[in-house]
Amino acid sequence: MSKAYKDHLGRPIVAVTGMGVITSLGQGLEDNWAALSGGVSGIHKISRFPTDSLSTRISGTVDFIELPAENAVERSYAMARETTLEALAQAGISGDFNGPLFLAAPPIEPEWSARFELADRSPPSERPGDAYNRFLAAMREKADPVFHEAVLFGSISERLADRFGTRGLPVTLSTACASGATAIQLGVEAIRQGRTDRALTVATDGSVSAEALIRFSLLSALSTQNDPPEKASKPFTKERDGFVIAEGAATLVLESLEAALARGARVYGILKGCGEKADLFHRTRSSPDGGPAIATIRAALADAGIDEGGIGYINAHGTSTPENDKMEYLSMSAVFGERLPSIPVSSNKSMIGHTLTAAGAVEAVFSIQTMLTGTLPPTINYQNPDPAIVLDVVPNVRRDQQVTAVLSNSFGFGGQNASLVMTAEPA
Amino acid sequence: MTKSANDVVITGVGIVTSQGVGAEPHVALLRAAEPPKVRIEMERFAPYPVHPLPEIDWSQQIPKRGDQRQMENWQRLGVFAAGLALDDAGLKDNLDACGSMDMIVAAGGGERDINVDSLIVDEALKRNDRERLLNEKLTTELRPTLFLAQLSNLLAGNISIVHKVTGSSRTFMGEEAAGISAIETAFARIQAGQSTHTLVGGAFSAERLDIVLLIEAIQGHALGEWQPIWSRKPENGGGMILGSVGAFLVLESREYAEARGARIYATIAAIGGDRGGREDGRLEARLRGLAKPARELDPQSTVIFAGASGFHDLTQREKTFLETEFAGRPVRAYGGLVGHGIEAQFPVGMALAALSLGNAAKVPPFDPVAEAPMGAPAKAAIVTTIGHARGEGIAVLAAE
Repeated sequence: MSKAYKDHLGRPIVAVTGMGVITSLGQGLEDNWAALSGGVSGIHKISRFPTDSLSTRISGTVDFIELPAENAVERSYAMARETTLEALAQAGISGDFNGPLFLAAPPIEPEWSARFELADRSPPSERPGDAYNRFLAAMREKADPVFHEAVLFGSISERLADRFGTRGLPVTLSTACASGATAIQLGVEAIRQGRTDRALTVATDGSVSAEALIRFSLLSALSTQNDPPEKASKPFTKERDGFVIAEGAATLVLESLEAALARGARVYGILKGCGEKADLFHRTRSSPDGGPAIATIRAALADAGIDEGGIGYINAHGTSTPENDKMEYLSMSAVFGERLPSIPVSSNKSMIGHTLTAAGAVEAVFSIQTMLTGTLPPTINYQNPDPAIVLDVVPNVRRDQQVTAVLSNSFGFGGQNASLVMTAEPA
Repeated sequence: MTKSANDVVITGVGIVTSQGVGAEPHVALLRAAEPPKVRIEMERFAPYPVHPLPEIDWSQQIPKRGDQRQMENWQRLGVFAAGLALDDAGLKDNLDACGSMDMIVAAGGGERDINVDSLIVDEALKRNDRERLLNEKLTTELRPTLFLAQLSNLLAGNISIVHKVTGSSRTFMGEEAAGISAIETAFARIQAGQSTHTLVGGAFSAERLDIVLLIEAIQGHALGEWQPIWSRKPENGGGMILGSVGAFLVLESREYAEARGARIYATIAAIGGDRGGREDGRLEARLRGLAKPARELDPQSTVIFAGASGFHDLTQREKTFLETEFAGRPVRAYGGLVGHGIEAQFPVGMALAALSLGNAAKVPPFDPVAEAPMGAPAKAAIVTTIGHARGEGIAVLAAE
């Protein structure tokens, strides 16, 4: 391999040759980017299920994809399929993909509608708490392979693998809010290992349901500023009160730069470095000193072979929870020091909400698009800055500014953190 | 096998099955002259038999009661087995080593609250505004801690909290394939120098009605009187008996392990996974591809730990495949001994293989009717897992 195709550590350089994205703003990179750079919010009142008695009644659900059945698996699969079709078309790859699949997907449970249907055909209750015994009696009477398949975590990657002809055993993963970034990281690692010239990295989350919403509500994680919905997500402001749960998907086609150029592919950006570090502080809270987040960012920079001065823009995790934004600021300050206020930092989540499992990949796509277009997407709803967070958040309107290296952060529940460094082509 | 600095070696085994807690009882059964006695629970989930957890003092690996309370048994079992693996590798409480240790966990989902689900389902039978009812009941009845106990990635999260493993934390999902991919990925990373030491494994709690339901949805459970896995018949149900199991391994590069003077159980020589349609011999064709690295192993001293699920057709096909491809090598169906462990199935097989090789065990048949005795102590092992719905993997291990 010629030196031009290797990075500072002698590893194959990893190029992004195709991208696809769906969020509440729409389907496809073009529509999404027009809305995102236009400061449009995709957050709306929930219509999927009744919300009258709930404290949070808004979300960034994706309601415009046609589904054979209304459930999280079908929705997550359909979005992943669509973003992958888009990414492969952009990459100019048709036929079998012939590389590994890394899929970030939400944990799956039976839908309540499935439980209700099962209850309808189950024998009557004999004592409190016996629903599952009755469900079992109903299944003994008549099996339900659709129920079984619908709750297998491997069912989405199975369908993607068949549809796109990926190679080997697909990995389905969850690192909570960092999942999308982890999928990309696994793809980068596989190419660097020399196991493959290309990897399909996909992240999808179509799991907004009453139970999902209520669970996050019970952890006080969600914004309750329901009216108007598009103003609820306000990262880095004084009034931020939680994230807005959302859906979305993104696919990135990763290839070794050498293989990409050899087949004449267009290179949209370089996946230069990945970093991760787990947190042991608490199940839902980050270490208040930002230690693991700092280590994550530093690991990504080191892996990329770029120092703090090389980063021109930061695509923040920026969830709009009181705690994340404070901790993220603290950790960025620790890494970038006095230079931080001069680095633009914006949060896509101010417009698309928190797409959870998909967020890391969705935001990676937008990070690359930022470099391709020379446009920094804004942080909207930035009316009342948190005085303790001194950042250039690209407030409210986009900015035309060329950047060549971007840091994208993803910090998750359960202490799972990942950061990506992407650079413009040429590497 | 020639040794090299980036060999992937197993230096710690943490295992919990119905046969006992930790390496010791498992080494004893692997070295015994007689077949081990199967432990089976017939009553609690009747008509479904399960291989139950052994008696466990959780506080041995999860000292804080507060931590124990934040988890249900699936996560507790995983955190416990991970702690055993760290202890076994001599890395427990080694803050530097754990702070830079990578981690990959194969996980399913956690326990449902059976009482809350029942309450909602019962109430729903009387009402026609089910979605509103759902909101009312979930808002008032769900415990926030239970959500965390259900989240797949929180097994890894709890391992970070309890054992301070924080180099990295990744959770793989997708039933048996998750366990295969977890170890395959850890192996590939260490071999390529992307990691020096990794904690990898999974846990599975069979003693849950919500999981029993998953398998009964395809009428997959073996029913009636217990039969060895190779002898189960379609007239007695689907053939699978679930087992509560936890299995974690500490994998290291040889260089890292030797530099700290670690005891090495075995080297992972090769590992691979695949998937796809299973009709018309396609499963066997893929298995043959995965089994290639094992073809030259000496029949006398090689033991096969077969992860057959018990599903009749798949189990029969695996048996035929192994008898054809590896004629003369003794087979041990570990799922028949400790139950099928879904995400943890492959890690359990790897753990038993490592313990056998590290102790030069002449592994007794688990089912004397169908399994032949070993001619010599184990020097190599093959581990197989064929997913009950999809995915298959094979690993080859070599003794030091």
